[in-house]
Amino acid sequence: MLTRLTTVKPGSYFWQGNVACAEGALAAGCRFFAGYPITPANEISEWMSLRMPSLGGVCIQLEDEIASMGAVIGASWGGVKSMTATSGPGFSLMQENIGLAIMTETPCVVVDVQRVGPSTGQATKCAQGDVMQARWGTHGDHEIIALAPNSVQEMFNLTIKAFNLSEQYRTPVILLSDEVVSHLRERIDLPEHIEVVDRREILQQPFFTSGDEFPKGIPPLGKGLAVSITGSSHDSAGIRATSDPEIHRKLVEGLALKIRRDRNQLADFEATGIEECDIGVISFGCTSRAVYDAIEIVAEHEIKVGHLRLRTIWPFPEEKVRQLAEVAHSVLVPEMNLGQLSVEVERVAPEDTKIVPLNKVGGGLMFTPEEISSAILRNVAR
Amino acid sequence: MHLREEVLPTPFCPGCGCGTVANCFLKATEEMGYADLKQLVFCSGIGCSSWIPSPHFKADTIHVTHGRALPVALGIKLVRPELKVVVFGGDGDLAGIGLNHLVQAARRNLDVTVIMANNMIYGMTGGQIAPTTPLGVKTSTTPLGSFEYPLDVSKLMAASGASYVARWTTFQAIQLKEALRKALAKEGFSFVEVVTQCPAIFGRRLGMEDARRMLHWFRESSIPASKAKDMEDRLLTGKIVVGEFVNIKKPGLLRNLDELKRKATTVEQA
Repeated sequence: MLTRLTTVKPGSYFWQGNVACAEGALAAGCRFFAGYPITPANEISEWMSLRMPSLGGVCIQLEDEIASMGAVIGASWGGVKSMTATSGPGFSLMQENIGLAIMTETPCVVVDVQRVGPSTGQATKCAQGDVMQARWGTHGDHEIIALAPNSVQEMFNLTIKAFNLSEQYRTPVILLSDEVVSHLRERIDLPEHIEVVDRREILQQPFFTSGDEFPKGIPPLGKGLAVSITGSSHDSAGIRATSDPEIHRKLVEGLALKIRRDRNQLADFEATGIEECDIGVISFGCTSRAVYDAIEIVAEHEIKVGHLRLRTIWPFPEEKVRQLAEVAHSVLVPEMNLGQLSVEVERVAPEDTKIVPLNKVGGGLMFTPEEISSAILRNVAR
Repeated sequence: MHLREEVLPTPFCPGCGCGTVANCFLKATEEMGYADLKQLVFCSGIGCSSWIPSPHFKADTIHVTHGRALPVALGIKLVRPELKVVVFGGDGDLAGIGLNHLVQAARRNLDVTVIMANNMIYGMTGGQIAPTTPLGVKTSTTPLGSFEYPLDVSKLMAASGASYVARWTTFQAIQLKEALRKALAKEGFSFVEVVTQCPAIFGRRLGMEDARRMLHWFRESSIPASKAKDMEDRLLTGKIVVGEFVNIKKPGLLRNLDELKRKATTVEQA
């Protein structure tokens, strides 16, 4: 539903990515934030702690990321849009409760500002190494929605979108940022109106997914409905069923179908020149900023680059990626990791398309436009 | 009926203390004037006592990950202050894996009631050592005898800043029910530890294979707090100190947060 932006005055600002993310959440109606200090996400918590009380919301720093994710689940069931923000190590700690949120169909947003890992890594430096973790960090079969902003503007826009998708699909949504996009300061334009999906309350069963039947909203607590919410396998009424194979199968297949069946609609991307190109590039996050410049550099050589810049990482935009891979002779996949998105590209691309992973790790050093343009020149077929 | 009839009978073992805990709790709510459980939200983790409310209570019940009931309860309570939030859990769930959250919630004086069924063992998984298992006991993971000192969780709760702390065994059912009434009516963090019998798993290892013998043991070992405070520590070895340890008036987390909201002014964007 189109609503007026009231949490902040529309207009142009010069903001940091993390601030834009917090403001996007508030604009979307987030009124509960729980977090734990971690670089490079701290500014989100700090901004929230400043802004929440005057908006009548709750912002609290908890004892660890596990508690933060737990509190977000509780507050969401309490009826309030809720969010937490962290980086790699904290994201690792949150995985069990992210699984709980998926299993209980709890709408919420989890921001992961990627930094150099594994483990403590290079805590203040940029990386893009949590792509697969966002997909498979929690145990068991499950789907996930993960969005990757590449600008301060998108930190605002995609956070709002993350909340909307979480309400629509009753699922946690990951906002996969990175240290560069989060700490970047640039211009952002706030419109008069934004698209917000409000929480839908339902008072009648079914309260939970089973098979191909999905709940049309979320039951409220405290209204005498005796809502049963459990991380154990359960039927559509939410009652635990830990022995019945049919009930479990319908639950997990249903939860997966809930997201997978809309994977085409969920595919959000920016595509330039992918219908006809000499070479393709698939990028996301901060790396895409260098790709834009690289494309300009090679334009002088009259090379047509098809650039597919993903805003949705998961569910992986298979159809669009396949489309580019069918047209291009080679597809470059530059990422600040040792090859994670490229694995997915290889999976969906036709056999005769050459997939060229470009990997750069360490020191938070972004790809330079020249590194990408020379890779384009090396790999382009004439 | 306060119970979800379609899920009965309960899965609890014959003689399990969870029945007494559930009974005393429901009696307490009945005496307080609750016609049903609609105004309460129950939050529990993993373990036998976590199953008391979920799925058995006909109420809003949220059954979460092991040890993480307190943070979820915090989230619910802070956005729905009008609902009474109650946490049920065992010694493993609340004082093992969940100890950090338990202590921090008490420190914050979070306005919830926590009922810890302490059977001194991890019962559901077959009898592994717990943080409250007495020294020397043979459990499934300490087959040669436990080599660790147990934790006095009530003492820790008192030290953490809770508004109400009490411990009773299932033998003292009346006092337990009274304590639960007080706990539920209290502003801030209220903690009731119930030493419960687990004859099937724990009692068996101590040579007390039925509830009757374990309750007898509770009766013989219990010492009222009023008497224990004047006794030397060595005389208290092997004893269960019962009674009310803390009952104070102290602003709860909700009150402090309300203060903050009142003080908050709109901040100009940077």
